[in-house]
Amino acid sequence: MKSNDKRIITVDRASVLADARRELDMPSRRLFGKRMLTLGGLALLTGCSITDDDSVNTLLTAVSRLNDRAQAWLFDPKRLAPTYTEAQLTRPFPFNAFYGIDDVPEVNGSDYRLKVSGLVTGQRVWTLPELYALPHEEQITRHICVEGWSAIGRWGGTPFAEFLRRVGADTTAKYVGFRCADDYYESIDMPTALHRQTLLTFEYDGQRLPAKYGYPMKLRMPTKLGYKNPKHIVEIFVTNTYPGGYWVDQGYNWFGGS
Amino acid sequence: MKAMRPPLSPVRESSPPDAPIHPFWLRVTHWLNAIAALIMMFSGWRIYDASPVFRGIVIPPSITLGGWLGGALQWHFAAMWLLVFNGIVYVALNVASGRFFSKFFPLSPRAVLRDLIAALSGKLAHADLRQYNAVQKLAYLAVIVDLIVLVLSGLAIWKSVQFPLLRELMGGYDNARVVHFCAMALMAAFVVVHVTMVALVPRSLVTMLRGR
Repeated sequence: MKSNDKRIITVDRASVLADARRELDMPSRRLFGKRMLTLGGLALLTGCSITDDDSVNTLLTAVSRLNDRAQAWLFDPKRLAPTYTEAQLTRPFPFNAFYGIDDVPEVNGSDYRLKVSGLVTGQRVWTLPELYALPHEEQITRHICVEGWSAIGRWGGTPFAEFLRRVGADTTAKYVGFRCADDYYESIDMPTALHRQTLLTFEYDGQRLPAKYGYPMKLRMPTKLGYKNPKHIVEIFVTNTYPGGYWVDQGYNWFGGS
Repeated sequence: MKAMRPPLSPVRESSPPDAPIHPFWLRVTHWLNAIAALIMMFSGWRIYDASPVFRGIVIPPSITLGGWLGGALQWHFAAMWLLVFNGIVYVALNVASGRFFSKFFPLSPRAVLRDLIAALSGKLAHADLRQYNAVQKLAYLAVIVDLIVLVLSGLAIWKSVQFPLLRELMGGYDNARVVHFCAMALMAAFVVVHVTMVALVPRSLVTMLRGR
């Protein structure tokens, strides 16, 4: 190993000399390079405020719109979200909203009317008994929150695609929008609205949907993140004008697909 | 004992001696990758904080990017395009040019151990930046694989319904987050060691900027 050490020292010396020679050859170029590095360092330091910059935010929003299109392209209308067994249910299913559990709206079921508007030709006002009489389906699926956590829940209600056809919705329209009793609003793409697992739910775990999970109804989409699933729906509308959404208008991605 | 190949064995390079140590495409993809990977990491920390995978591990918000969850998500899902497409260009050019195999192979555990001991005892020279020592080879290969794991586990989290195979490969949605986090931790460790080594051998920074 001794001989190796010796060799290392020799080569190091040679490289130091080569470096020094190069430096002597082009001092101005070297200096320029160093100054560029310092500029780069300064630019990094200003990184703290980069999020407040308007042009940066414009760019990020534009990319988010691009991601909407990328996700619409990736979305396979026939691909089903995995389903689970009763034993895999998350208990208790977490409450989550943009307000605390004490501020959950109390909707009176007896005078409740669901309004259906926009590009529809059929029945525009629905009572709860009318909705409960629609074909019934159950699903046990995973709710994935934009925050990262997930929970498995059991939902019961009527397939949304069938409901849209029943109200004579123009299913070639781009969007289905929602207005909610808690002032939440949301909108989704038509392919997701027509997905087989998109369910207009009136029940949670075999019981009437409790207020904390969105009484009287929640649109359950296992192909979308939690914030895309509106609760306490009072109006459903079909439109070609982009309606946005409560969180979406603050910067969450609109498609929000899973 | 068999005669070991010293760390400074002659360079097996087909390129002429005046060719840059790092070709232009490599320097460009290296720095684009650095920018993309760091944006992904700093914004990812903010996203992680919204619902920590591991209780007790919370990243101080002051060192994250995005300001809030929505902002961090925007950064994360913007930088991912740069990371992925730049990564594809890097791997494609690396393999097509033959650089990948000439720079990273041969690589043996014995060589890694020998160079690691040499490095830790301060006896490993970095005189010839044209050639990677065995520890470097392993570290660079590992971080390439790690970035691929990061992208795949990220896809499994982002599109767990659309990519069922990837989701199952990662052990389900929740576990994909664990994989994603661990791969991130490995990348962060690489960044720390990499930057430290660059600080110890400053000439390597110049080489990655100028090519020589």
